Amino acid sequence: MIQLVSFYIFASIVIASAAMVIFARNPVHSVLWLIVAFFNAAGLMVLIGAEFIAMLLVIVYVGAVAVLFLFVVMMLDIDFAELRAGFVKNVPLGLLLAVVLAAELVLGIGAYQAGAVTLGTPEAGSATVSAAVPNIEAVGALLYSKYVFMFETAGLILLVAMVGAIVLTHRKSHGTRGQSISSQVQRRPEDATRNVNQPVGQGIEL
Amino acid sequence: MTSFFQNLGMSYEAAWFTATIAGILLIAFPLMLAVALIIYSERKLWAAFALRKGPNVVGPFGILQSFADGLKVFLQETIIPSASNRGLFLIAPIITFTVALMAWAVIPFADGVVLSNINVGLLYILAISSLGVYGVVIAGWASNSKYPFYSAMRAAAQMISYEVSIGFILICIVLWAGTFNVGGIVEAQRGHIFGFINAYAFNPLLFPIAVMFLISSMAETARAPFDLTEAESELVAGYQTEYSSMAFALFWLGEYANVLLMCALNAILFWGGYLPPVDWAPLYAVPGIIWFFAKILLMFFIFAWVKATVPRYRYDQLMRLGWKVFLPISLFWVFLVSGYLMFTGHFA
Repeated sequence: MIQLVSFYIFASIVIASAAMVIFARNPVHSVLWLIVAFFNAAGLMVLIGAEFIAMLLVIVYVGAVAVLFLFVVMMLDIDFAELRAGFVKNVPLGLLLAVVLAAELVLGIGAYQAGAVTLGTPEAGSATVSAAVPNIEAVGALLYSKYVFMFETAGLILLVAMVGAIVLTHRKSHGTRGQSISSQVQRRPEDATRNVNQPVGQGIEL
Repeated sequence: MTSFFQNLGMSYEAAWFTATIAGILLIAFPLMLAVALIIYSERKLWAAFALRKGPNVVGPFGILQSFADGLKVFLQETIIPSASNRGLFLIAPIITFTVALMAWAVIPFADGVVLSNINVGLLYILAISSLGVYGVVIAGWASNSKYPFYSAMRAAAQMISYEVSIGFILICIVLWAGTFNVGGIVEAQRGHIFGFINAYAFNPLLFPIAVMFLISSMAETARAPFDLTEAESELVAGYQTEYSSMAFALFWLGEYANVLLMCALNAILFWGGYLPPVDWAPLYAVPGIIWFFAKILLMFFIFAWVKATVPRYRYDQLMRLGWKVFLPISLFWVFLVSGYLMFTGHFA
C-alpha cells in the first residue's frame, strides 16, 4: 500500500516536473524542475531496491551536474524575445526530434508488451545475488572481479578526458603576478614591523 | 517503535506510518530546541572568549534569549523585494531548513535508536549535504541583487570543493569499517585501539584525516574562518541580505542544524558515536545518547572556539586549501589506508 502510493507520487512528480522543464519560460526554473525530476527518479530507484543507484543519482546528478547547469544558466544573459524569434526556424528540427522520440516510445512499449527480454544466457554456475546482500557489495563484487578490465578502461577514459579538459582550458597567463604562499606563511612580524622608542616632540624617520 | 503501534491494534503499514511520523517529530522538535539552546551557548562562549558577559537579561542567565529572538523574528514583517523572483525567494529558506533536517534520519542516537537504518547511510548523508547548496544558490539568484548573487556563487564553489575531500575522507572510514551503514561504523570502533578505546581518532593512520574532516566540515557549513559567503566586510550579509523575518530565521535555524549535523558526523566517524570513550563495562551504564550528545557538544565547543579566535580566510586561500592541500592529501590517504588494510590482511 505504502509502496504503491509512493510509487504513484514519485512517478507523477517525475512526469509533471519533466513536463515543466520544457514548459517553464525561465531557463533557471527549467533547471530547478530538472532537479526535482532527478530527485524523484532517485525515489523510484529506492522503491525497486536499488538504493545505491538512487544515492549515486542524487550525488552525481543533483549534487554536481545540476549545480553546474544552474551555474551556467544563472550566468547567461538571456534575451527571451530572441529565443522566441528562433522558434520558427527550429520547428522542423524539433518536429523531427519529437517524431523520433515518439517512435522510440512506441517501440519500447511494444517490446515491453511482447514479453520478457533475454539478454544472453546466464553462465553456468553463476548464482543470482540474494536480496540480503547490500547493493554496494553486490555491485562491487561484480565490478572488481568479472568486469575489472572494463571498469579500469572506464576509469582511464575519464582520466584522459579530465587531462584533456585541463590541457584545452589551461592558459599560461603572462604578466600576472601570483602569490607565493610559502613566502606569505613564512613572513614574520619582525620582517614587516619595527618597534621604535620615539622621544616626545621629534618627527619619526621612516 | 513500529511494533509498539502494532500492539495498539494497527495494521503493520499503519503502524509503520505512524511510527515514522512520530520518529520524525521526535527528532525534529528536540533538534529545534537544541538549536535554540546551542545558539545561546555559542553566544555565551564567544562572550567568554572576548571577556564579555553575553546574553544575560532574558530568563535565568539569559537562557531564554534565543526564544525571545525567535518570537521577535516571528512577529516581524516578511519583506519580499519587488524585483525578486517571488516563488523561489520563499522556497530557498525552506529548502535550506528541510535539507538540514533530512540528514538526521540516518544518525544513530544510541544502539539501534535510528529513524532509518539503511545500508547506504553515509552515501545518503553525502547526497543530502550536496543538496544543501541549492538553498543558498536559489536564495542568491532569486534575490535579484548583486551581493547575494556573489555570495551564492562563492557558497556553491566552496561547498563543492570541500565535498570532494570529505568524500575521500569518508572512503577511508568506510574502508576501515567495512560498511556504509552509520550504525555499523560506530560499532566497528568498539575497542578499536588496544581493544578498549572506542574511537578511530586515536588511530595514528586516521588521526590526520580526523583533523582534515573537522576543518572540511567547518568549510562545508560555511562557518568561521570559512564564512566567506556572509563576509560582512565584502558582501553585506551574503545570500541572506534581502531576507527578513521568518525566512531569515529559517536560514539561521538550518545553518545551525547543519553545524550540529557536522558535529554529530565528526563524533560518529571519529570519536565513537554513542559508545563510551573506553570499552569498560561500568561506562555502559550511562545511556548511549548521553555519550553521543557529550561528544556533539565537545565538537560544537571546538567549532565555537575556532569561530571566536581565528580570523577569516581570503577566498583564494580557501580554494587553495580545498583543492591544492586537502584534495591531494585525502586522495593519498585513501591509497595509504587501503594499502595498509590490504597489507595487514584486514579484508581477509
